[in-house]
Amino acid sequence: MVTVVSAILRRDLELGFRRWGDVASPLMFFAIVTALFPLALSPAREVLQGLGPGVLWIAALLAMLLSLNALFRQDLEDGSMEQLVVGPHPLPLIMLAKALAHWLLSGLPLVLLAPLLAVTYHLPAEGVRALCVTLLLGTPTLSLLGSVGAALTAGVRQSGGLLALLILPLCLPVLMFGSRATALAAEGEVVTGPLYLLGALLALAVTLVPATSSAAIRISLD
Amino acid sequence: MKLPTWFHKLGSPPHFYRLATLLTPWFYVPAVLLLLAGTYGGLVLAPADYQQGDGFRIIYVHVPSAYLSTMVYGVMAVASAIGLIWRMKLAHSVAAAAAPIGAWFTFLALVTGAIWGKPMWGTYWEWDPRLTSELILLFIYLGYISLRGAFDDRDKADRACAVLALVGVVNLPIIHYSVIWWSSIHQGPTIKKLDAPSITGDMLWPLLVMILAYTLIFAALLLQRVRAEVLDRERNARWVLDIMGAPAQGN
Amino acid sequence: MINLSNDAMLVADELTLWRGELCLFDGLSVAVEPGQALMVRGPNGAGKTTLLRVLCGLTRPEAGQVHWCGEPVETSGEQFGRALAYCGHQTGLKADLSLAGNLAFAARLAGLHGEPWRDIMAQLGLASRADLLVRHLSAGQQRRGALVRALMVPAQLWVFDEPFTNLDAAGRDWLEARLDAHLDRGGMAIIAAHHELRPRPGLRTLELAEAR
Repeated sequence: MVTVVSAILRRDLELGFRRWGDVASPLMFFAIVTALFPLALSPAREVLQGLGPGVLWIAALLAMLLSLNALFRQDLEDGSMEQLVVGPHPLPLIMLAKALAHWLLSGLPLVLLAPLLAVTYHLPAEGVRALCVTLLLGTPTLSLLGSVGAALTAGVRQSGGLLALLILPLCLPVLMFGSRATALAAEGEVVTGPLYLLGALLALAVTLVPATSSAAIRISLD
Repeated sequence: MKLPTWFHKLGSPPHFYRLATLLTPWFYVPAVLLLLAGTYGGLVLAPADYQQGDGFRIIYVHVPSAYLSTMVYGVMAVASAIGLIWRMKLAHSVAAAAAPIGAWFTFLALVTGAIWGKPMWGTYWEWDPRLTSELILLFIYLGYISLRGAFDDRDKADRACAVLALVGVVNLPIIHYSVIWWSSIHQGPTIKKLDAPSITGDMLWPLLVMILAYTLIFAALLLQRVRAEVLDRERNARWVLDIMGAPAQGN
Repeated sequence: MINLSNDAMLVADELTLWRGELCLFDGLSVAVEPGQALMVRGPNGAGKTTLLRVLCGLTRPEAGQVHWCGEPVETSGEQFGRALAYCGHQTGLKADLSLAGNLAFAARLAGLHGEPWRDIMAQLGLASRADLLVRHLSAGQQRRGALVRALMVPAQLWVFDEPFTNLDAAGRDWLEARLDAHLDRGGMAIIAAHHELRPRPGLRTLELAEAR
């Protein structure tokens, strides 16, 4: 069990580093989108403090969405997914490993970049900390939910817009809890409630998603 | 699992087609009668609300549509599950036929809700938890319909859409309660509930009649759409060619 | 070395599959026992690749079922996965990894140690290409790379789609000999090929007609 997860992680991370442009572009997207809001709306400190949590979370969500389209596409086209499916290892485990690799390549970098961007929105230290914690708890859920959508649309031509339509409604709870918790923390309130809820969503996603995305990828391979 | 014979018979397209053809008028006729009765009761017999005046009468469209928007999703999800588990193509046809109807009811609920919002809140749109959930539901319906359209292969489309419908079943309650939590923390409970807290008998019965009428209309529309879907899917089958009186093609 | 059981058997019953309006096969039954090879032939578009995918459990037939050792292939999971070496229409190699890197990944998943691909690679004329990225290999070399991956795992059942296409005469002879040895040990093979296989005991041919 450990072998298959670590083998897939190693391979996908190596592929990610080989094509670092694909890894970097969601990060740059994240940075650029957050830079647009002060320019379009207002650079005033209090406006940005109010907008910050929501904007940073939305930008992170869209950045993750950007990288999801490619999650299974290549694997399907070159046949490496069918090799994994006919192999002896349980498909849900493989799908979990794929989602984990996706998070390491496109979720974790966002979490690391977020505090830097939060400072440009004048978020207080409490808010920055909450942003990092909520992103750390929320982005793995986004990777998992996204993997279901990516598996469903992997065999479809021009699936970018379709993927957004399928995934974004499912991601709403994560977005709402994440950005509200950040905003509340920035106002100096206690945010354990939404953090627990984010954790609960993550636990639910880890339990339910692998079986679902396995079913979806089997359909796409058929 | 051993299934009863009637279940298999129902799953057979020609049998279902005949049954549906027979049943459709039995839904349409009472639906229209109830619709007329409910409209008369709602617009004429029911007294005006002491707060909202005649504006409240939109509930006779809004509430049945809102109710059906979720009910249809339930039908779709159950049909999808049956289709996936017992590999029954007819169930997939039912899910496929139900989705656009559900989307229209959702749209109707949103539009009537917005129209009602103008006199009530002084604005067409308010990020009220119910309206927001309804909007998300519309997006989920649209996603379902788009996913179905994206596949060339009908069998693949059926199965992928069924998975999506079931994912939605788990997610819809989560989304709904998240939105409620979010608005309670965000705006405070200042917004009035959409349904009147107390409703008198002569306001209520037309509402119940309308809900029944809408449900029957849905059933009739669904049967009709499934019939069309079945004909399309089985267009080369012997029994369809017989019904259509078309000369048999080669092979 | 290879755990080949004698009562293993692949049985497909009454397979029916439609692709859109085309009936690829209707009520097709296939059985392969240890020591037997099945060659699948037929014109392009007859459904050879699809049949192979159905037999591997990748494509679901409309009716009928494929059994491995008496269990449906969808549920027999690990047991069937260990017994199967599938070399499909697509190579299953990552273009951005070296050939050796790809094979190392496959070996790790199969639980193999060392570099079990060395000899086979040399036989297929790929020895000097091991460290090149797969994207820099020619299409024929990539197909042969996929064949190396399928041959290096100790599987009882080979399901190969057009394995001879990109081999020269020497490579073909080598693969035929390898197939003989595999069958002698009690292996099974299902091979879709244009190329005529050398006649041997236990070889049967399944001729697929053009889809209707």
